[in-house]
Amino acid sequence: MSEKSAVESRLQGLLLQGLAGDTVAYHVFLKESSAHLRAFFRRRLLRLPDEVEDLVQETLLAIHNQRHTYQPGQPLTPWVHAIARYKLIDLLRRRADREALHEPLDDELAVFASADNEAAAARRDVLKLLDGLPDRQRLPIQYMKLEGLTVVEAARATGMSESAVKVGVHRGLRALAKRMGVRS
Amino acid sequence: MNTDELVAFLATGVEPVAASATDRRHAVALAGGGVGAMSLMLVLLGVRGDLLAAMHLPMFWVKLALPVGIALGALTAAKRLARPGVVLGWLPAALLLAPVVGIGLLAALALSAAAPEARLALLLGRTWAVCPLLIALLSLPVFAGTFWAMNGLAPTRPALAGAAAGLLAGAVATAIYALHCPEMAAPFLATWYLVGMAIPTAVGALLGPRLLRW
Repeated sequence: MSEKSAVESRLQGLLLQGLAGDTVAYHVFLKESSAHLRAFFRRRLLRLPDEVEDLVQETLLAIHNQRHTYQPGQPLTPWVHAIARYKLIDLLRRRADREALHEPLDDELAVFASADNEAAAARRDVLKLLDGLPDRQRLPIQYMKLEGLTVVEAARATGMSESAVKVGVHRGLRALAKRMGVRS
Repeated sequence: MNTDELVAFLATGVEPVAASATDRRHAVALAGGGVGAMSLMLVLLGVRGDLLAAMHLPMFWVKLALPVGIALGALTAAKRLARPGVVLGWLPAALLLAPVVGIGLLAALALSAAAPEARLALLLGRTWAVCPLLIALLSLPVFAGTFWAMNGLAPTRPALAGAAAGLLAGAVATAIYALHCPEMAAPFLATWYLVGMAIPTAVGALLGPRLLRW
């Protein structure tokens, strides 16, 4: 088995466990994916090194928000690659700077080909963007994602119903993803 | 926020995700939009008076099979386009082309069998001027549904995804319109039903890049 397909099957297993509700496996999946995404974007944004970490974070948020679109039988590499490519093109389009494209974008296997574990801060801070969300989204995210409360506990703390808490987290994270994409 | 912190943030308190989540979304959209279009048709247009008699004619079922076949192709395309990394492939195109080619052949046969002076009537029927517009009107609630479904998924080719969502809406609306529409000639259906479905398809292709961002 080649190294690439070993990474593929390992990450696929972790994601599937994550989709089943295993937060530890899901954490490892996102963490390892972030290293691959960083290396992937760094190679493609040679002239825009400052954008790399923002793009890694945007892509992680997109992977998280769109994780329901991953079908268990589907190869993972094309799925992650398509999301990363979509976010990269979105960035380049926003910058209207297509010259930054040094390499063709269609080399699918490359997304897991190398890794870079130096996590850095993004310039668009999720926590600051969180402040701009309405309470029914901000509070559930604060309680569940930052303070680690369960749905039941977050529902009690906010006075919202459990389903409203879940909807608030989901919509709030989608709103954050949209706001991260807006650069001045 | 550091990326490792973001990862921890995202991984905290995640709920299990059902594998059927995307299929359910398409189903809810179609059911909701279909009920909306059916209500519009019943209130504004009403079913054709001779519906029960018409149901004994093969052409009635051909007329229904055309949009239903196109809806299946459009749904297949929409489902594939809604998921990152899934190849569109030849299946949606084949599913779409089969009913279009079929009705085209029937139309050609009908036109060649008819006397030259009767051909224009076969093509225009009595309702050609309103048919595509009424189909476009009935497609509105389905369009809202299919765009809502697509918006909650992850299309990486938004113009194509919008077109598929629009075509799906148009095809469902056409199947419902067929219960009202009195026309039974293949040349009419091959022209005006397809024009009717093309309207929401084009609107979907235009709106996709604006509305389907994630």
